[in-house]
Amino acid sequence: MRESCADLHIHTCLSPCADREMSPPAVVKWGREKGLDVIAVCDHNSAENVEAARRAAKNTGLTVLGGMEISSREEVHVLGIFPDDRALRSAQEVVYDNLSGENDPQTFGEQLLMNEHGEIVGHNGRLLIAATALSLEEVVGTIHALGGVAIAAHVDRPSFSVLSQLGFIPTGLGLDGVEVCRDEVPPLPRDLAVVRSSDAHRPEEIGSRSTRFLVEKPTVREIGMALRGVEGRRIVR
Amino acid sequence: MTLAEIVQKLGLEVRTGTDTLAAEVRGGYVSDLLSDVIANGREGDLWVTLQIHQNIVAVASMKELAGIVLVNGREPEGETVQRAAAENVVLLVSALPAFELVGRLYALGLSRLRT
Repeated sequence: MRESCADLHIHTCLSPCADREMSPPAVVKWGREKGLDVIAVCDHNSAENVEAARRAAKNTGLTVLGGMEISSREEVHVLGIFPDDRALRSAQEVVYDNLSGENDPQTFGEQLLMNEHGEIVGHNGRLLIAATALSLEEVVGTIHALGGVAIAAHVDRPSFSVLSQLGFIPTGLGLDGVEVCRDEVPPLPRDLAVVRSSDAHRPEEIGSRSTRFLVEKPTVREIGMALRGVEGRRIVR
Repeated sequence: MTLAEIVQKLGLEVRTGTDTLAAEVRGGYVSDLLSDVIANGREGDLWVTLQIHQNIVAVASMKELAGIVLVNGREPEGETVQRAAAENVVLLVSALPAFELVGRLYALGLSRLRT
């Protein structure tokens, strides 16, 4: 077993609210410079820059996990991080099927698709900033059905968090953990794992918060085990 | 003013709590952030919201609100109805958007200013 330092919530230039400088190779470069072992690329309702980040990280020692920050119809943001490309693609399909509207780049920002060299290869025209039609329970259920890990995003923020939108964590929701992006942890059920991550929208924010996992290898499955604290896997801090 | 009067005058549909419509409504609160209702809702308030998640029932119970009105014709989730029925929380549905509904509630004389 070894310790892996992970920042599980990083946006790229695909998120309309993220800096244009957040190209897949830049995210990888900054992740390495900050001493991270693992990052999860989680753009709003989309995973279309994950592959480019993964390619950019090839042979660098940095592990790139693929995920999305999915917005439920209650406007609760949930990180879904998936074990493989197939699961990620299936999750993407479910999200797109439940997401409507077109992006207005001038109002919300550009949604850039890039390759591993940081070259623009297209634009995503969907309204990624919008909420899906999926309930919070459906979002968590979809993530779990595909073998992913479900983490309630930034529960220490006054907007788009399960606590701000729904007051408290619904019983039986089955989250794998909750994420905090600042220093203070709000009152939470004791049995919930707390993950610290940056929710980086700008390069310098990458790795500003991170979580050390004790795992066999840096995979989604192992991180899921660490969140549940099983078979010796755990969060170190 | 009672819930029954409001239901009748504004043509609200009653989803749960038919037996408790005699309850007095003392004021109103409009918010879609449940954390905000927990912080600022007051006993006897009629809560106007578009959230249909089951947590609205727990919040209404905890704050002893007079009832919940869902706007824009939004139907509560199945679990929300079950929970509201079990906890005797009044769930109402209005076809109107929140702005129009609140205007009509005000016109009926429902207001409780904070001092």
